[in-house]
Formats: sequence, C-alpha cells, structure tokens
Amino acid sequence: MAVAIAEARIGKWGERYYSGRVLQLLERGLIAFRSSTWMIVFSGFFEPVLYLLSFGYGIGKLLPTIDVGGETVKYAVFIAPALLATSAMNGAIYDSTMNVFFKLNHDRIYHGMLATSMGPLDVALGEISWALIRGLSYACAFMAVVAPLGLIPSMWGYLAIPAAVLIAFGFASIGMALTSYMKSFQQLEIINMFLLPMFLFSGSFYPLSVFPEWLQFTVNLFPLTHAINLVRGLCLGHINVALAGHAMYFVIMIICGLFFTTRRLNALFMK
Amino acid sequence: MPESLIHARGLTKKFGDFVAVNGIDFDVHKGESFGLLGPNGAGKSTAMRMIGATSSRDAGVLTILGKDPDKHGPQIRAHLGVVPQQDNLDMQLSVSENLYIYGRYFGLPRAFVKGKIEELLTFAQLEEKRDAKVEALSGGMKRRLTIARALVSEPEILMLDEPTTGLDPQARHILWDRLFRLKEQGVTLLITTHFMDEAEQLCDRLIVMDKGSIMAEGSPASLIKDYSSKEVLEVRFGSDRNQELAEKLRTLCERIEELPDRILMYTEDGEALLGQIYASGMHPKTSLVRRSSLEDVFLRLTGRTLIE
Ligand SMILES: Nc1ncnc2c1ncn2[C@@H]1O[C@H](COP(=O)(O)OP(=O)(O)OP(=O)(O)O)[C@@H](O)[C@H]1O
Ligand SMILES: [Mg+2]
Repeated sequence: MAVAIAEARIGKWGERYYSGRVLQLLERGLIAFRSSTWMIVFSGFFEPVLYLLSFGYGIGKLLPTIDVGGETVKYAVFIAPALLATSAMNGAIYDSTMNVFFKLNHDRIYHGMLATSMGPLDVALGEISWALIRGLSYACAFMAVVAPLGLIPSMWGYLAIPAAVLIAFGFASIGMALTSYMKSFQQLEIINMFLLPMFLFSGSFYPLSVFPEWLQFTVNLFPLTHAINLVRGLCLGHINVALAGHAMYFVIMIICGLFFTTRRLNALFMK
Repeated sequence: MPESLIHARGLTKKFGDFVAVNGIDFDVHKGESFGLLGPNGAGKSTAMRMIGATSSRDAGVLTILGKDPDKHGPQIRAHLGVVPQQDNLDMQLSVSENLYIYGRYFGLPRAFVKGKIEELLTFAQLEEKRDAKVEALSGGMKRRLTIARALVSEPEILMLDEPTTGLDPQARHILWDRLFRLKEQGVTLLITTHFMDEAEQLCDRLIVMDKGSIMAEGSPASLIKDYSSKEVLEVRFGSDRNQELAEKLRTLCERIEELPDRILMYTEDGEALLGQIYASGMHPKTSLVRRSSLEDVFLRLTGRTLIE
C-alpha cells in the first residue's frame, strides 16, 4: 500500500522532495504536544497582553491619542495591532528555532522521518506549519482579548487573522532556515538578540516618523515593520496598495525560507 | 535468473577525499537474504544508506526495483523498511505512538496503521510497554521497537544495519527466527553485521567488505570452502612462546595464522595435525579443533580478525 501511495506522486511537482505529508507531520506535532509543557504555551500568549496592559494603560494616560495615517486614534488602538503581529511572530519563532534546533542536533528524529517515503520538503513544511499554527493561535487569542475591548475599529480587522497566518508562516520559514545552519545554542541566541530590538524599533509603540531618515530606512528592512504595518492597516481600515507590498514581503520570506530549509535538510540528512 | 531487486555497479561514495565505498558491484535477488560483512569502517552503513535512498552516490550505477534513488527517492523508500545502526525513535512519543506515526509518514491510512500496532507490539515483545515513553525503554527494547517500526509499512525489502547489537542472546535468537519467517513470506533481507554466527545463520549470500571494497562474495558455505580449510586447529603456547614455535609449526601445516594469543592452523584433519605436533615434541598449553567459520575467511582475506 505504501508503494501505491508513493507512486501516485510520480511525475508531479517536486516528487523528489515532497510527498504531500504535511498533515501527517502535524499529527505528530499534535501527539507530541499533548504531553508537552503547557506553561510555555501560556507564557507566549500572556506576553503581548501584559504589554498591552502596561503600555496601553500607562502610556495611554500620558498620551491619550496618536495620529496615524491622517486619523487620530486612542493609544491602545495604535499598539494593539502591533502586539498582534508580534505575537504571531513570537509563536512562530519559538517552534521553528529552539524546537527545531534540538531535533536537528540532539535527536535523530529527522533521520527516521527521511527514511520513509517523505522528502525534506515535507519535513520542512510540516515543522513550519506547526510553528505557524502556534503563531496563529497566539494571534487569535490576542484578537479575542482586544476585539471585545473595542480596540479593533474597522471590520477589515478580521483580515488581521489571515494576515497573521502569512506573518507566522514567513517567520517560521525564515526561523527554520536560519536554525538549520546554526551549529550551537550560542549561535541560536543571535536570532533572539535580533528579535527584541526589532520589536522595540519596528513602530510597535510609536510611529516610525519620529526616527531620523537613515533609521527609518533601516527599520523598514525588518520583517516585523512590514508585519505591523500590514496588521495595523487592516485593523484601522486604512486599505491601500502598500498593504499588498507588506504582504509580498512575507510571500518572499516564505519562499526563501522553504527553499533554504529544504536544501539544508537535504544536505544534512540525505548526503 | 532470479529478479534483481538491488543492482549496483561501481557504486562509490566519498567523504571529501576519503573513499568510504570504493566501486562495489553486487546484485540482491528477490526473496533472498543478503549480507554485508566487514569490520568497523568497512563502508557497510554507507552502502546501506545509499541503497536506502538517504545518501547520494558519487559514482556508479545503483537501481532499487529498477529505480534510480537520485530520481525516485520517495518511491524507493516506500518499498523499504529500514533499521539503522543507530536508533532514531521519536523520543517525545510513546511506544505505540512511534509505531503509529511511522506508518502515517508512509501516507498509510489511520485505520490500517492502528490495525498493525498490536501485531508489531507482539513482534517486539513490548505489549506491556505500549504506553511507555521511548526514553524509558532499555537499549535492547529500543532496538526491538526500531525493528518493529520498520515493518509497519509491510516493506518488500527489509534493511537491517547491525540489527542485534545490544540484544541479549535470547532476544537475538527470537529475532533471527522472526527474520526467517519474514523471509518465508517473501521479504528480501539486507543485513550488515560483524557477528559471524549471525551471518552464517541468516544470509543466503554475502559480500565481505574491507576498506570500502568487496573482498569476496558467495554463500557462507562456499566462502568457507573457497577461502579456508575444513577444520581449524587452535593452539596456545603462552604469548611469549607462540612466536618462536610458529616457525616450527609452519613445517607441519601449509597455512598458519599467528594471533597475539593463539596460533590458528588450517587443515583438513585437526586431530591428526595435533598428533603430529605432539610427535614433534611440542606441547601446547591448550588446543582446540573446530570447523572453519567466516571469521577464518575474513582473516584469510584481510589478514585481520573481524572483532579485535
Ligand atoms: N558522514 C560522514 N562523513 C565523513 N566520513 C564518514 C561519514 N560517514 C561515514 N564516514 C566514514 O566512512 C567510513 C565507512 O563508514 P561506515 O559507517 O559505512 O562503516 P561501517 O562498515 O558501517 O562500520 P561499523 O561496523 O563501525 O558500523 C568510515 O571510515 C567513516 O569514518
Ligand atoms: Mg555501520
């Protein structure tokens, strides 16, 4: 039976690398997750909520409103979309870096997977999808907190959820690709060292226009800036072509991430 | 001519400048049990990985069921059950979950895989450990689980890289028995080992490898016939005297091998030779007459013992 299943893909796209087993890998993720540490899951969810409470309330007192895209909004409304984008990122990064690093270097699990009729792209997509789901669930949970508080003024805000999928997918792909080249936990820390400044400078808490031009330019290269602009544009109902540009940034991130992850898995386990 | 399931010509694998598998030729036929025998570093596992379509070759021809692993990796792997030298079980999952998910990796339907779990747990004698985490298993239990897992997709070719390392003698014999039964059902077996008895028991045909090359090929009996004598006389004079007496023993027997602790003498009639030794005034501390084994074949071919 296994043979017939594998042969069904002969002649199809990417048959050497891909066998269409993403669901099976998600199933594995789910089985393993059932017995994992729930604390880690919750801490990832509470982090953005805490930011919202402390900054939204604290700074909101000093700075009740803020101008964005020609509209004046409450400070909490300004930061809520940024925190949603950030929680999608954090969820995606967690699974695609730490967990993947452990599996790549201290576990022989991928050897086992790749001895079956799956290919490296299955493994890459499976792991990335799992990370994506975590990112998405953080984003949804955050949405469930902020929407009833009236912090999402526009109906377009519902599209922040599919946008969170895109964002989580992008970060998970790049996260796994980078991780697959890392040789030690210390190197992995580089990713974390990059995440915090990116979070602080990507226009989460104030508009980028306060920065000098060179810094604005640099910050605009960061993925999180595009994620925040995309989600904020949707949540505030500021729909324009720039949003498509931000989305495109993530599409390219996904493609690059998948390409390099697959290539690296192939080099590591199929050499 | 039986159907050739695995066909290799000039199969080569390099790691940088180092040639791990150096242009080997062999064919494995349907339903047979084929062995790769050789010391550490001979290139057995490397050859197995190329056949398992998880390692690309650097030169030569390789087809598995007529397919080229460079082009049809997933389709080839769908036919195979692989027991790697190092276990690669899923440490986060339990015993039965490991069996289940592995079947799912082959794309098999849930119901089918669930139906196989009981049978495989019995096979591995792990019924009582079904809900235990893999981490909590002993080394031998993990090995048995790895072997059972390889069967979840009902493979046509079962590839076992040193399957019995870490198994106690009883588990080893049970495994041999199971492998015989699989063979009776038509499964083709590909086995690497450095246990002589295992190779003699399990393999219809084998290749002896050393330093990436094939030294000899044939059935265990024919290899013994071709490369050794009927009997072997082992004598010990104590490590300091072995060497000085070796010269004298050489006059009595065509082929002798000096090992650090004993001298092996290849002969058709061991008892008669021992009589001659005593008659020449030499008195070995211990002596033993035994039938030739693959160990002797290996010693003849490489000048080294297999297990040092
Ligand atoms: N990934 C690798 N990179 C570099 N060298 C390797 C690699 N894998 C194997 N080798 C080398 O290739 C040679 C053959 O190794 P292989 O594992 O095939 O031996 P083996 O016959 O299976 O030995 P053993 O009985 O110890 O399992 C060894 O010298 C080994 O060091
Ligand atoms: Mg080996």
